[in-house]
Amino acid sequence: MSGSNAQVDNGVNVQALMDARAALSGAPEGAQFEWRAICTWKNGTHSHSTVKSFFGLGEEQRHKSTFSYDADHPEIFASEDLGATPVEFVLVALGSCLTAGIAAIAQRRGIQLRSVSATIEGAMDIQGILGIDSDVRNGFNGIKVTYDIDADASRSDIEALVAQSQKRSAVYDIITNPTNVTVEVA
Amino acid sequence: MSRCLAERSIDHVVLERGEIANSWRTERWDSLRLLTPNWQSRLPGFSYEGDDPDGYRTVPEVVAFIDRYAQVISAPVRTRTRVVSLRREDNGYLVATDQGDWRCRTVVLATGACNIADVPAVAAAAPPSLAQLTPMHYRNPGQLPEGGVLVVGASATGTQIADEIHRSGRPVTLAVGQHIRAPRMYRGMDIEWWMDAAGVLDERYDQVDDIDRVRRVPSLQLTGSPSRTTLDLNALTGIGVRLVGRLVGIQSGKALFSGSLRNMCALSDLKMVRLLDTLDAWANANGIDHAVEPPQRFPPTKVEGTPLLALDLGGGEIKTIIWATGFRPDYSWLHVPAFDRKGRLRHDGGIVCSPGLYVLGLQFLRRRKSALIDGAGDDARDLSDHLVACLDGRVTVVPT
Repeated sequence: MSGSNAQVDNGVNVQALMDARAALSGAPEGAQFEWRAICTWKNGTHSHSTVKSFFGLGEEQRHKSTFSYDADHPEIFASEDLGATPVEFVLVALGSCLTAGIAAIAQRRGIQLRSVSATIEGAMDIQGILGIDSDVRNGFNGIKVTYDIDADASRSDIEALVAQSQKRSAVYDIITNPTNVTVEVA
Repeated sequence: MSRCLAERSIDHVVLERGEIANSWRTERWDSLRLLTPNWQSRLPGFSYEGDDPDGYRTVPEVVAFIDRYAQVISAPVRTRTRVVSLRREDNGYLVATDQGDWRCRTVVLATGACNIADVPAVAAAAPPSLAQLTPMHYRNPGQLPEGGVLVVGASATGTQIADEIHRSGRPVTLAVGQHIRAPRMYRGMDIEWWMDAAGVLDERYDQVDDIDRVRRVPSLQLTGSPSRTTLDLNALTGIGVRLVGRLVGIQSGKALFSGSLRNMCALSDLKMVRLLDTLDAWANANGIDHAVEPPQRFPPTKVEGTPLLALDLGGGEIKTIIWATGFRPDYSWLHVPAFDRKGRLRHDGGIVCSPGLYVLGLQFLRRRKSALIDGAGDDARDLSDHLVACLDGRVTVVPT
């Protein structure tokens, strides 16, 4: 169960991750990261966001290219539907974070993955955001993630992968625990 | 340790701040029983001789047991002698106590892992109208005001206290983070018998993958009741205890709980199945499959559809918070540069990185059983051998 297995290749360089972990446990200041996005309003509920730079390992870092995302609302909200809704980005973030974790943990545990797909569903009562009922929260009532995984492992080993991935996931933590948010006008 | 040192003809004294077995006399709640069965408390040259080997000692019985051992081995105990500081001096240590100073070449820290109840910083944000207690001062439900109780922490301490408080008519909400589920009895035998027999408890600190992580794993969710029942989260929800996620904050008088309860329970269920798989494989490989009952699997932990995420602490429903959030050692008197950046004592299997200094009784110090009474003997033998070699100048420990 432990150590990376030479026959298993999920495309994750576990050794590099373990080395980084060892290096950063001796130098916690290098572990201080800042992630950033820039969001620009286009028109109506449509906005355009880019992700390019971040800070980590003690210096400014840059993605290989600038990633950009359009967000909007569907036509049933009288919008243009030029992109996914912001809450759908949250589902994307959760699914991709958990899935990346599954690949890394599987590699570490010597489990070859053949296919992994997740359906992420967020239930919401929009009486909250519409201000109809102040007892209804704006956000999701709950989020349900369903994984379909084909791998060289028993069902309980696969369940353990999925459970461990939640334990180590940044987005899972962000969603399940409170975070102080400061919004200012520059 | 005293017995092992005496066997090796090492002059020593045992300093005790109060009476022998002081923390058992003064820091335990009334109903507590040892989590390990009577037969399992084996000390060098001493073991259980009573007629209830499978029972679990009450606190007065633990006190009597330790008292008796001190007598049997003629341990040179100085009671009512509190160490106020320990520092390096010349080629050894200066131990200052409220009864005078001692100078010695070697010191063994046997003050244990549970000197201070570890209360999270969020406790300061709880409404002042609530009573707050730690397991150090909790004695029984009668101490608490009538009304609801929020118990924070679901390891052995939290689950035991939650159980008796809820049964006293004070409705309990239990905040559940990482915990280790285990059945009391498995295939007709005590879980401690299995772990002892299968060698799980003897697993060494230098054989595990990530010792820092293993040392942080909470202790088994067990209770030592005469009925030998399992006290897991399903048993607690069965009597009406409400489960919520880990307490992650208190804001505007509201306790906020993590949405991770389901995964915390899933992780724990999976870990329990892995342990039982290991035990079954051992039973099979050692030909005792038919000497014990058939393998069992237990229902997964039940978590209701939408566990509560926030609870108004000022609304009158909750009157008391019990912080069953773990313990930590008190090293405030230890003036030796042997701590990591998180204030934890740095040691290699009990050999502290300060020459001639040793520690005993910490979680997974040298073996999985190190924090059990039953684990003290093997660790003390190993460390007293090292201590003798250190006194003879045969080993050197490099201060780092």
